[in-house]
Amino acid sequence: MNPFNYLYVAGLLFTIGAVGVVVRRNAIVVFMCVELMLNAANLTLVTFARINGNLDGQVVAFFTMVVAACEVVVGLAIIVTIYRSRRSASIDDASLLKR
Amino acid sequence: MNALTTMMALPLIGSLLIAIIPSEQVLRIKQATFITTLLVAISGVLTWIKFDSANTALQFVESAKWIPSFGINYAVGVDGLAIVLILMSVLLAPIVVLAGWNESEGGRWSPKVFYILILVLETMMIGVFAATDLFLFYVFFEAMLIPVYFLIGGFGSGERAAAAVKFLLYSLFGGLLMLASIIGLYVISGANGGHTFDITRLSELHTYMSSTTQNLLFLGFFIAFAIKAPVWPLHTWLPDAAAAATPGTSVLLLGVLDKVGTFGMIRFCLALFPDASKTFTPLILVLSVISIIYGAFLAIGARDIKRLIAYTSISHFGFITMGIFAMTSQGMSGATLYMFNHGFSTAALFLVAGWMISRRGSSTIADFGGLQRVTPIMAWSFFIAGMSSLALPGLSSFVSEFLVLVGTYTRYPVAAVIATFGIVLAALYILIPVQKALHGPTTPGNENLSDLNLREKIAIAPVVAIIVALGFYPSPLLNVINPASAHVLEVQGFTDPVPSESAGK
Amino acid sequence: MVTSTSLVYLIALPLFGSAILLLAGRRSDKWGHLLATALSASSFGVGLYQLSQMLARPTEERAITQKLFSWINVGTFNVDAGLLLDQLSICFVLLITGVGTLIHIYSISYMSHDENRRRFFAFLNLFIAAMLLLVLGDSYLNLYVGWEGVGLASYLLIGFWNQKPAYATASKKAFVMNRVGDMGLSFAIMIAFATLGTVSFSGVQEASHTASKAALTGIGIMLLVAATGKSAQFPLQAWLGDAMAGPTPVSALIHAATMVTAGVYLIVRSNFIFDAAPTAQLLVVIVGAITLMFGALVGTAKDDIKKALAASTMSQIGYMVLGAGLGPAGYAFAIMHLLTHGFFKAGMFLGAGSVMHGMNDQVDMRRYGALRKFMPITFATFGLGYLAIIGVPPFAGFYSKDAIIETAFNAGGVKGILLGSTALLGAAITAFYMTRVMVLTFTSKERWEDDQHPHESPLLMWLPMAILAIGSVTTGFLFTRGHALVNWLAPVVGEHAEDEKVLLQPVVVSALALLAVVIGVAIAIRKYQLSDVEKVAPQNVSFFTRIARKDLMQDSFNEAVFMKPGQTLTALLVQGDEKVVDGAVRGVGTMALGAGSALRKTQTGFARSYAALILIGAIVLIAGIWVVTQ
Repeated sequence: MNPFNYLYVAGLLFTIGAVGVVVRRNAIVVFMCVELMLNAANLTLVTFARINGNLDGQVVAFFTMVVAACEVVVGLAIIVTIYRSRRSASIDDASLLKR
Repeated sequence: MNALTTMMALPLIGSLLIAIIPSEQVLRIKQATFITTLLVAISGVLTWIKFDSANTALQFVESAKWIPSFGINYAVGVDGLAIVLILMSVLLAPIVVLAGWNESEGGRWSPKVFYILILVLETMMIGVFAATDLFLFYVFFEAMLIPVYFLIGGFGSGERAAAAVKFLLYSLFGGLLMLASIIGLYVISGANGGHTFDITRLSELHTYMSSTTQNLLFLGFFIAFAIKAPVWPLHTWLPDAAAAATPGTSVLLLGVLDKVGTFGMIRFCLALFPDASKTFTPLILVLSVISIIYGAFLAIGARDIKRLIAYTSISHFGFITMGIFAMTSQGMSGATLYMFNHGFSTAALFLVAGWMISRRGSSTIADFGGLQRVTPIMAWSFFIAGMSSLALPGLSSFVSEFLVLVGTYTRYPVAAVIATFGIVLAALYILIPVQKALHGPTTPGNENLSDLNLREKIAIAPVVAIIVALGFYPSPLLNVINPASAHVLEVQGFTDPVPSESAGK
Repeated sequence: MVTSTSLVYLIALPLFGSAILLLAGRRSDKWGHLLATALSASSFGVGLYQLSQMLARPTEERAITQKLFSWINVGTFNVDAGLLLDQLSICFVLLITGVGTLIHIYSISYMSHDENRRRFFAFLNLFIAAMLLLVLGDSYLNLYVGWEGVGLASYLLIGFWNQKPAYATASKKAFVMNRVGDMGLSFAIMIAFATLGTVSFSGVQEASHTASKAALTGIGIMLLVAATGKSAQFPLQAWLGDAMAGPTPVSALIHAATMVTAGVYLIVRSNFIFDAAPTAQLLVVIVGAITLMFGALVGTAKDDIKKALAASTMSQIGYMVLGAGLGPAGYAFAIMHLLTHGFFKAGMFLGAGSVMHGMNDQVDMRRYGALRKFMPITFATFGLGYLAIIGVPPFAGFYSKDAIIETAFNAGGVKGILLGSTALLGAAITAFYMTRVMVLTFTSKERWEDDQHPHESPLLMWLPMAILAIGSVTTGFLFTRGHALVNWLAPVVGEHAEDEKVLLQPVVVSALALLAVVIGVAIAIRKYQLSDVEKVAPQNVSFFTRIARKDLMQDSFNEAVFMKPGQTLTALLVQGDEKVVDGAVRGVGTMALGAGSALRKTQTGFARSYAALILIGAIVLIAGIWVVTQ
């Protein structure tokens, strides 16, 4: 199969993720869209590793997954805390840093 | 150990000692500060005595490598102009400490901080006049802003924070322009004999510069010094800062820090850029004359006694810059002597005004009245200080003011003639507050003010003594200043104008 | 030239007294006045000793100098603190210390009820020292120190009772107007140094032989400006009337006998400049003539006895300046009139003080009258001074004033006739207003209130008056006997070749002057002795009287031309500094703040809008790269 098809899929995933981050209000959904974008990047890295015939891309993809896992832990914790204190998971309500 | 380095180290050591004393022992902190400044003053007088006035080269020279990769040295040394200003600074410091014995209290921080800042400032005051490495000078020049900023913002009165910020930003602006010029000089020195910041070597560089380069670099220095001095129209930070600062800080600010501006004009503007100096002389003379008249008019219109003194200083600095750029021996020596005398006459005015303000709780001139009958000694001290400010013959400032006028007249008669009108305005701006504050019936609220106490009398006595003594016998200072100012003019290639009527003889 | 080591004591003694009294403070209240008087008297003693020494030397060696130390020494500007005592300055030294000592004695009693008497004596001693420095300095710069020193002493003494705002204002006005004059002296010194290269009297005199007329005219005019300030001459005369706010002994010493005559001294001392600069000399006589008329006219309308005498002083100094402006012929007469005036005017001022002393400090002459009976000694001494000033022979003023009138007539041409007639007319008016003072105070009907009990003053007060009265009688005769003063001063002011073309013979001038005096006296007697005088000055008077009461509008003029525009300018500059200069500085700050708050609006706090911005930014960046690499 033409490896470039994977790149198209990754582009599609990234676009869906990006649009989701911009248009959705629910923090969980935004968070999942961010994950989608990250995984799109992972897919690209793996694809390029395949195309180039070395493992560099795959190594970076592993790093990304580890960092993403840590990020999920911190991010979910923040979302849960905000939800507990403000009774809302809408990220538009969490504009406190402005002041 | 080198005399200048010792003088600079003493206040630093003193400030370290004070840092050890617990904050609660305020009296001990004050005593330690006073003794330190007194020691520095004594070593300053000794240095001045050892100074060989016949020798026009730099004396008490010391040099050590500091940042070798950029050719930066710790290099100090003084000529006749610098030693006079250092002497003035170190003599004023103990007087300020003694006179403002209680002004450190009631600030944002403890008195301990106040005195540490004062001592650190004293080190920098000496350093800025003694530095012979341009980079070292710049470091002192800018670092001096820090203690003053905290002294105004932390211990001042009224809108002290705003005044401190205005002072800092204004000075930093000038300092950055100067930094650009310094970097420019450094680059040029690299292309002509190796990178250096040594001012003796830098003063030979002007032959390699195009006139445009020289003019631009000159302006960088001049604007920085004109802000410091301050020259019209770059003066508006001074009244605000002087009105907000404590009287003692104001004395150091106007008496010493501002002199860095006029000193820098001689030491750097003239020495490094002789051709540009000549180009800009007409402009600077115009600004000086405007400063003289403008400062005097604003002083006449001032309602606040501290702002009034600040405006009189703008007028006096006009005389100093005029004397410097007149490029005659009388103008140059007169301007240097003027710097010294202005330090003491402004100190007297500010200190007495400070005592008046702290007793009355107001700095508005109209709130005083009839003080001569309530507090005669304080009133007469203010009067003598005022007479010194209006350059009454027999007091020190007359000698310097007249030298500046005569020196300017021989080369630029029009400037001198307009400036002379300043002496009539001076009579007005001194006698109006004297009448309002000291004469007339005692205004309500002033009946029970106390006269000067022993400490205050001891603080003001040496100032008055110096003002009177130098008025009758200025030779001890003039003998030191004359060879140095003659040397400056010689390097510049100027000779005094010959009397027009004796030319044919 | 002969050098001396003792000249400095003349100045040092009173200066020392002043310093002691000021520094010792209240501790010296008990003996301060005695010390000050003793020191002034001992200075007079030194002066007499110097005179005897001077007389013992041959004419060409009479001038002596003393170099104290090198004062200012920069480049070619070398000024020594040096003193010069010659035939001219010794006259002044004796006048200053002599009259000064008498007035010290008078003040012991006059000021005895003032709690600050010690300070008063300290200032008097300071004045004596400064005035001696003025006349003894051997260069224009040394003279300048004394010149401003007497201005300071005058300021302090006019404002001695400065708790009264009007008095404080009067002292300030005197100082500021004097400073305008001092500016002239500064200019003169600057021009002298720039053109002649020296500021010492001897140096300038030597250089004046070869100097250009333009330079000397410039110096001369500026010296005249200085003289007009110090000597209350037109147009800087306005301060003298107000200066009467000071205690009366001050008016006698400073504002009649000595300080105000310093301008005359300056002109006579600079005779070599004015002789070589005819334009400046012409201006001198014009100023003198205007002022002598100005003062005389103001004098006719004043009801305040001290202000009337002040106007008279102004007028008499006008005579002196006129005399000094007439060149070698007039210098000696100017000095002679100065000396005789010192006696009779000081005497009359002390008399006025004595009258005020007896009348509860009343100064309005319309509230006096018939005091002759109550104050016989004051009447007698004042009367002798009166006869001297109006110029009745053989009193002092007759000799000195006649000499000036005569010299004025003989100045030549239209100028001589104009000046002579002015001086003659002035003499008539002088006779009128002085008779008015005399009549209103001493001879007319009594007009005082019942609670006033006029009485004669104590010995310490009338003794100085009596001595000055003797001087008013005898000095004129002594000075003119065998041209004593003219010959004495000749080495300093130059010989005067006897004029061949004399317009009027001395006898004719004397006769005319006497006629003028008789007319003036007659009018005054008819108006004030033979008709009733109102207690309150009448308001329905002629336009002329009204403006004369207001000093010929001098204050209104100064106010309209200098003070008001000055105040407006000050207000404008204060506003301008606040709004324009500082406004520009604050404008920079405001701009930075404004830019910051404008950019802050983009920070909404919505995470999604940031995300959108990042996205758009990324797309733009990629698109940019794509466009560039295509």
